[in-house]
Amino acid sequence: MQEILKQYESVNEADVKNWFEVGNVSDFPENSGACIKYKSKQIAVYNFTRTAKWYACQNLCPHKMEMVLSLGMIGDKGGIPKVACPMHKKNFSLEDGSNLAGEDLKIATYPVKIKNGIVYIGFSD
Amino acid sequence: MQNIVVIGNGMVGYKFCEKFVSHSNKKNFKLTVFGEEPRPAYDRVHLSEFFENQDAKALEMASAEWYTENGIELIVGERVTDIHRPSKTITTASDLKLSYDYLVLATGSSAFVPPIKGVEKEGVFVYRTIEDLEGMLAYAAKLKASNPNAKAAVLGGGLLGLEAGKAVMDMGLEPHIVEFAPKLMPRQLDSRSSQVLQLKLESIGLNIHLSKATNQILGNGAITGMEFGEDDVLDVEMLVISAGIRPRDELAKTCNLEMGVRGGIIVNNKMQTSDDRIYAIGEIALYNQMIYGLVAPGYEMAGVAVDQILGKPERLMADDIDMSTKLKLIGVDVASFGEPFMPASKGHSVIFEDKTKHLYKRINVSHDGKTLLGGILVGDASDYNMLHQVYLNGMAIPKNPAELILPASEGGKSFGSVMDLPDTAQVCSCESISKGDICCSITENGSNNLGDVVAKTKATTGCGGCKPMVVDLVNGTLKSLGKEVKETVCEHFNFNRQELYDLIKINKVADYDEAINLFGEGHGCEVCKPILASIFATITMETANRQPTIQDTNDRFLANIQRNGTYSVVPRVAGGEITPDQLITIGVVAKKFDLYTKITGGQRIDLFGAQIHELPLIWKELIDAGFESGHAYGKSLRTVKSCVGSTWCRYGMHESVTFAIEIENRYRGLRSPHKLKGGVSGCIRECAEARGKDFGLIAVEGGWNLYVCGNGGATPKHAVLFAEQLDDEMAIKYLDRFLMYYIRTAGPLVRTAPWLDKLEGGIEYLKQVVIEDSLGIAEELELEMQGLVNKYECEWKQAIENPEMMKRFKHFVNSDDTDDNLVFVPMRDQKMPKAWV
Repeated sequence: MQEILKQYESVNEADVKNWFEVGNVSDFPENSGACIKYKSKQIAVYNFTRTAKWYACQNLCPHKMEMVLSLGMIGDKGGIPKVACPMHKKNFSLEDGSNLAGEDLKIATYPVKIKNGIVYIGFSD
Repeated sequence: MQNIVVIGNGMVGYKFCEKFVSHSNKKNFKLTVFGEEPRPAYDRVHLSEFFENQDAKALEMASAEWYTENGIELIVGERVTDIHRPSKTITTASDLKLSYDYLVLATGSSAFVPPIKGVEKEGVFVYRTIEDLEGMLAYAAKLKASNPNAKAAVLGGGLLGLEAGKAVMDMGLEPHIVEFAPKLMPRQLDSRSSQVLQLKLESIGLNIHLSKATNQILGNGAITGMEFGEDDVLDVEMLVISAGIRPRDELAKTCNLEMGVRGGIIVNNKMQTSDDRIYAIGEIALYNQMIYGLVAPGYEMAGVAVDQILGKPERLMADDIDMSTKLKLIGVDVASFGEPFMPASKGHSVIFEDKTKHLYKRINVSHDGKTLLGGILVGDASDYNMLHQVYLNGMAIPKNPAELILPASEGGKSFGSVMDLPDTAQVCSCESISKGDICCSITENGSNNLGDVVAKTKATTGCGGCKPMVVDLVNGTLKSLGKEVKETVCEHFNFNRQELYDLIKINKVADYDEAINLFGEGHGCEVCKPILASIFATITMETANRQPTIQDTNDRFLANIQRNGTYSVVPRVAGGEITPDQLITIGVVAKKFDLYTKITGGQRIDLFGAQIHELPLIWKELIDAGFESGHAYGKSLRTVKSCVGSTWCRYGMHESVTFAIEIENRYRGLRSPHKLKGGVSGCIRECAEARGKDFGLIAVEGGWNLYVCGNGGATPKHAVLFAEQLDDEMAIKYLDRFLMYYIRTAGPLVRTAPWLDKLEGGIEYLKQVVIEDSLGIAEELELEMQGLVNKYECEWKQAIENPEMMKRFKHFVNSDDTDDNLVFVPMRDQKMPKAWV
């Protein structure tokens, strides 16, 4: 299980080597999440239609190691965009991947780019 | 009647008008206000919000009508050019003349433009007024049309400069901040906190250049870059100057008022200038050798000036002006209070820094460790209000001062309660409202909630930073009076579930987005979304398919998520009655999809281990065999459990299975504040355990006894007897009324038993409402329930017949692969998910 977790490390936009095309904007539900596959990784992609922003993070919840974060409900906590894991409602910031209750859990985040209606996720591998 | 003329209609000039209007002595004065800008005063502090909606009206402090209604003559777009002190008159640019008895100067400040070569070039802006912003927007749009990657710089890394940086970023330009000092926000932050702020801002895309002195602005006509040193050039196509402010004191020069050497009009603690008929307030007033660029001292000055002129001479400006401030800069909390930079000779500092989380907290404590002298917070300023109060009121601090700022996991404690503050503690500094003012508003002036208190005291209406404290004070005071404190659903809606239910119903709100736009703020969360989903469902009986993304995960996929992220499937088996053919179908489906199978506590069969993409395939087969959704995933009616009853049982009094099926089919799909369970027993032996349910019927001589508000689970509770010897029709009538009343009034995730506990008057009151119709709503409740019953449809059937709805039952958007991380292990001839590590 730990090996699975190790695959996921946050990527800064400056370090992106590969903008990977994952689908049309319309493939992603509004104000919600969906999951995409990149190599052996599962990445949750969120379309915040209300703020016209996109976020991506690992689909794996580090709490109980389940591939579920894309199914979580999204929203904000004091203005910070977040996802709530569907399993135990752990809240993660989609800006920096930190746990919003201050617990020692962190998820990897990835940059998202929209160009001509196509969604791209930035990877460094 | 005496004439007061105010020159300047900015935030402080407006505050003067507001204080004037609420003054008891205003009838003896006529107030005339001149504004140079083309519109009434607006909220300059939140100027960068103009980019979000470009709605200048939304920023207005008050509409033009407000001035008229209050008898104030507001003349905008008119500049006053001269003051003639001997004749006490003023002249405007269009040669209007007006005499005054009292003159108030509130001309504010203008942006300071440093004398840099090339500063006049096209594309160079200052950041001060809505007109400045409109100019920037138009220019940015033009730039982006020819170069989508255009860069813009902001000269100045202070508070306003960073705000301008956000504005530039929102315009879609690559933002660069250029600061002369070696750190950001040099006036408010020490170097370490400044570095933390810098890291955070860089992480969200701001490029920061420190220790840069700009030699000249490059470009032929329009700006193309900034030159710092010989080979040190930054290519930018737009520049916003935010390098400080200069008081707009030119009028004072026309009439020889006493001025400071570096500008500003000297005032005393009555806000009087060297001419006792002329007052100066806000950023033009030089008080104690200082210009105060914050809005709170400006508001205080406006209040003092009004009291001095209208007759309350004892009100004076304080000698020490608190420059504490808390703000959100581009989403980052920044606060400083008291003495942020304290020399070691005065005390010790306690510093907590975590660069990985972009957090910095510093407090300065006196040498004896007893008094808080000041501090700085970056990244998380949630402790600001309390720390600020401790500082202002000289309150005692813990023996180990670090507890004040350490995170809870590191031994920090939430410190004190707002109720412990002295009554004199100033809670809202923008409006000078003390704790005593807020509490009195409730205890003596009849306020009953936060809204009343805000309306009466104006607390929170300035910067809004004190809102959490005011909320706590209002709740604490109401509680101390034994009054009910309103529980709101979450930070996004300041209403409880019942109020939201009414608001949505009365206003015929169409969907979640409309609800949050109309009655909420922010963008929702996992608490309010399912609550509203449930409310919509119980008003219109819409299924979870209409707004799938506001549903909890279970409702969104119409199945129960299990430990490893797979789902379980439960078809409805009303009353627990099932035919052999139906059993065979379930067996065949379970085998085909390799599902773990178990009988549930509600007399039905649960099939575990289905992946998202398998759910529709499974349901296609179940629906073809006549099954429908069991709603085991919803906060909705689950099952009506039954014993076999008089059709087979030798003790049975009535047909409990028949009645259980009728009731379950009546309320199937009904969503409610929490799950709902029912039971029907054929005699008093109670084999269906009906008294452990939200509603239960037990057959007795002459009909059914109805019990309500029981549950099993963690805090078991027996349902209590509600009515006796009912026939089928009356039982359903009462059930309709009871359930609908519960659905309307219960809090979120409150089952019937705790709901009844909280219901004032308890079971007797409930009987009055449901049986005796004391509220006159019984018929309405029945009609509503019948409407919901009529609109029922199986949401699984609806989903598999609609290709658009089917799109969500897929693991990956970009691949037909399935989740390859699932691992199952065998267990007693079936399977289970591999255990967690």
